Amino acid sequence: MSTPTLLMYIATMAIVTYAIRAIPLVFIRRDIKSVFIRSFLYYVPYAVLGAMTIPAVFFATQSVISAAVGLIVAVILAWFDRGLLTVAAVACVAVFITEWVMTMI
Amino acid sequence: MIQNDFQKGLRHGIPIALGYISVSFTFGMMAVQKGLPPWSAVLISLTNVTSAGQFAGLDIIANHGSLIEIAMVQLVINLRYALMSLSWSQKIDRSVGLPGRLLIAFGDTDEIFAVSSAEPGTLGLNYMLGLIIGPVIGWTLGTALGAMASEVLPDAIRSALGLAIYGMFIAIIVPPAKKDKAVRVVVGIAVALSCALTFLPYLNNISSGFAIIICAVAASAYGAWRHPITVDNGIQGPSPADTDAAAEPDKQDTPQGGDTR
Repeated sequence: MSTPTLLMYIATMAIVTYAIRAIPLVFIRRDIKSVFIRSFLYYVPYAVLGAMTIPAVFFATQSVISAAVGLIVAVILAWFDRGLLTVAAVACVAVFITEWVMTMI
Repeated sequence: MIQNDFQKGLRHGIPIALGYISVSFTFGMMAVQKGLPPWSAVLISLTNVTSAGQFAGLDIIANHGSLIEIAMVQLVINLRYALMSLSWSQKIDRSVGLPGRLLIAFGDTDEIFAVSSAEPGTLGLNYMLGLIIGPVIGWTLGTALGAMASEVLPDAIRSALGLAIYGMFIAIIVPPAKKDKAVRVVVGIAVALSCALTFLPYLNNISSGFAIIICAVAASAYGAWRHPITVDNGIQGPSPADTDAAAEPDKQDTPQGGDTR
């Protein structure tokens, strides 16, 4: 594939994606009054995160078992209000240890 | 209250950057396997900063699809960013002008959006730039590493890092869900729909980007209909009753607070 063609593809992807991101942020400057829309927007991040986490998390590591262990560890830490970095790091360590143990047995 | 500490933003971006490195590493490897030069994989990551859209774009480029096709696919898969950008339009501080908004828009990803949403108050330019810079570097760097050599990171480390992003998501969802039944209901619906769209025949033909839009719109609309938030500061943060639910963990008045970094 020629370089100009490749660059056209990349530019098209980048422009479309950026336009989607920039247009609402730049053009909507007023406060939205509607309780429904405000409530809707309040729930969006939780809904997005829930949908992105499950079931995808179970396929994020080498085995479903290590992912499940990591998930459980993360939920327990988060339940006790640990910070983002702590929860993420300890969950990763839990996955690492689980997979190491699995290779032992 | 405005959240505008650059360093705090940087710290909050670290888990995202770590997760991004492992995901974009895969993207870099795949791009090279499909015959793209490494520089183009890195350029795609640097200019797009999105996972599902890039993976889909890769297939189209490899199959010599049309520009219209690649544009349409990006539009559908990435349409969810418009939803997040709309939410940001209410949460970004009024002091942030046009250039600042144009910069921030570049960093509108699921993960960055989610972390910023968990902050109480409005969001300032410094905090947002701090939050965005690490993940963008991580995403680009991971792509470069993946494109250059697949054996840079041992499998065991890559596998473990794969959980970083999800660990962070959990840290954002669980504290408010623990306190607010409405959040639990919304998350429950989103998860159920997400599983349905992943596993059920026919439904699993829906692209992953579009699936997230469906889950987010349906679950949030249900929440807004059945559990409208009280109060005037809904978008700026949750209602006073559960202010500490969405507050950052280390700012909370809990015994564990403050020792997490």
